[in-house]
Amino acid sequence: MEKDEEWTLIVKPKSHWLDLHLKDLWEYRDLILLFVKRDFVSVYKQTILGPLWYIIQPLLTTITFTIIFGNIAKISTDGVPAVLFYLSGITMWNYFSECINKTSNTFISNAHIFGKVYFPRLTVPLSIIISNLIAFIIQLLFFLSFLSYYCYTNPTIHPNRFVFLLPILILIMAGIGLGMGIIISSLTTKYRDLRFLIAFGVQLLMFATPIIYPLSTLSPKQKTIILANPLASIIETFRYSFTGVGQFSWYYLAYSFVFMIVVLVIGIILFNKVEKSFMDTV
Amino acid sequence: MKTVIEVENVSKSYRLGEVGTGTISRDINAWWAKVRGKENPNTKLNFVDDNKKLMSHHQALTDISFKVHEGEVLGIIGKNGAGKSTLLKILSRVTKPTEGSFKVKGRIASLLEVGTGFHPELTGRENIFLNGAILGMKRSEIKNKFDEIVDFSGVEKFIDTPVKRYSSGMYVRLAFSVAAHLEPEILVVDEVLAVGDVAFQNKCMGKMNEVSKQGRTILFVSHNMQSLTQLCTRGLLLKDGMVSYDGDIQNAIKSYLSNSIETTGPKYNLSELKDRKGTGLMRFVGLEIYNNNTLSNNFVIGDDMELRLKVKAFKPMRNISIAIHIYRYDELVLSNIENIDSDFVIEKVEGEMEFSILFKNLHLYPETYKLGFWIASTDSQEAHDHLLFCAEFNILEGSSLVKRRLLKSGGSVYLTPAWKQL
Repeated sequence: MEKDEEWTLIVKPKSHWLDLHLKDLWEYRDLILLFVKRDFVSVYKQTILGPLWYIIQPLLTTITFTIIFGNIAKISTDGVPAVLFYLSGITMWNYFSECINKTSNTFISNAHIFGKVYFPRLTVPLSIIISNLIAFIIQLLFFLSFLSYYCYTNPTIHPNRFVFLLPILILIMAGIGLGMGIIISSLTTKYRDLRFLIAFGVQLLMFATPIIYPLSTLSPKQKTIILANPLASIIETFRYSFTGVGQFSWYYLAYSFVFMIVVLVIGIILFNKVEKSFMDTV
Repeated sequence: MKTVIEVENVSKSYRLGEVGTGTISRDINAWWAKVRGKENPNTKLNFVDDNKKLMSHHQALTDISFKVHEGEVLGIIGKNGAGKSTLLKILSRVTKPTEGSFKVKGRIASLLEVGTGFHPELTGRENIFLNGAILGMKRSEIKNKFDEIVDFSGVEKFIDTPVKRYSSGMYVRLAFSVAAHLEPEILVVDEVLAVGDVAFQNKCMGKMNEVSKQGRTILFVSHNMQSLTQLCTRGLLLKDGMVSYDGDIQNAIKSYLSNSIETTGPKYNLSELKDRKGTGLMRFVGLEIYNNNTLSNNFVIGDDMELRLKVKAFKPMRNISIAIHIYRYDELVLSNIENIDSDFVIEKVEGEMEFSILFKNLHLYPETYKLGFWIASTDSQEAHDHLLFCAEFNILEGSSLVKRRLLKSGGSVYLTPAWKQL
């Protein structure tokens, strides 16, 4: 009788819900990198401006916001130059919305590959998070170049020591984006309705995040509601650390962090559960 | 020998009709109906099986168990819908079994389709890496094999061109090349060999042969009996989701082909046939067809066919001659054989007598052939009994003696003369 330890793989109809195969993910790290490369390279092939689009997108949005919310609606920007104010929010928000939008249809848009080959499915959303990170870094550098110009001309703008929190902010942003994205992608295998909801929902969520308005203009009651949105404190901390205007609270940041952990754990468990059977239902 | 795959009682069932309702509102609807103890308003699709029983599931695989040893090339055969693809999907972990389990030793890679994950915008080079990684290769492995892969595919010139500009042939060749250079301990292959032109197909077969010679285990699904016989050492025949034969590949193929052809025989009662000519003094009463001492009218090239023919004389007859006609499917006479041709003399027939006629080493193209019988007295040449097309036998594909695919329209008699260069 051969012992079980000799087998490299044992497949049973039901496995424990905590059996997440995260080790497999490490085995397939090369695949993640190649997916990242594919996503990054293929998007702007046959475009004239190429990766410049990564900068043009936030720039155009910022100009639009500056005209509509700044000049027409005259919403306060807390003393920060309007362009810088909107650009800081948009840069950070773009990363989140791209992550969630693209990961949310992991199963449906990859059904043809998933139906033919096995590899840890989580490689796909993970690679999306990473390739978006590259885009984010380009946009961040763009933002920093704007910032340095304003720092030079406007003495009220001065980054502070909280800029060192940036990696953590990015981590939380990516984590929440990934977590929510994979929860939605798991649910869309059963409920296609969610696909329509997500684009709309993300946009709505943006207005519940201090991107076009500063937290300081809100009444205390509104503030509590807005800060219940775990993304609010991230945007606010980001803006505060680079421009010195806004608020910062460890308490709210910790809240966002815990939220990320919870969403991520739920997401991964759900994703794993769906991954095993979705080929029969999709 | 080491067992590398062990499949134990694997079953897979699919739900019929729509799985889930697909929308939240209808699910809530269904849930609410359940709470109130009413019938689900969304249940419209009910399937009724032959026994008029309500079926909600389709059993694709039932209780499949088998073991694969190291270095074996296992051919999986069966009709469409027999469960081959489902079995491969389970083994390649695309889907899970509903019941049962399987264990694997070593890395398993599956090739259910070539070019999975190819991105049209990426170049050939980039796609080799991407596709290789999807199939489970490490970057370093692909790098080592890169030149070999490109060389095998024959698309060197276009390796830095996006694959969307490739011809479909080039695309498939590149895709197969990546797959062919996978080096897992166990390879699961679906009918991907049916790609490219004849030259490339031969190249692929050669590659597969090479892989199996290296002692790696292969599971191979195909409808091409030719490649199955060439490659496989063992056959697993699936029928209606169950294992119907597991063993020698030749027997598996024979069993598969004989199941898929509907013919009469191999036992015939000839005495009651109405459609006959002759004096009626004698009659053919029975025929049994044997393949290597087992009752069967299915053969492959190289088999021996024995006919056991029963004749009845209503009064004693002397100097009898019997003729056997072999007809092609279109009832063209291929051969007319008399006992005298084989120096066999029938001096007297009294009552019932049985003759054995042995055809050694059949060399006929895969096809269904018909038989006719004729009996007469040698002096008068007047037929006592004459039966046309009263029996059939089949020559099936998959003979180990045949090195190429024989087309049905390609001929009737398979001759293998001796060749030499002068």
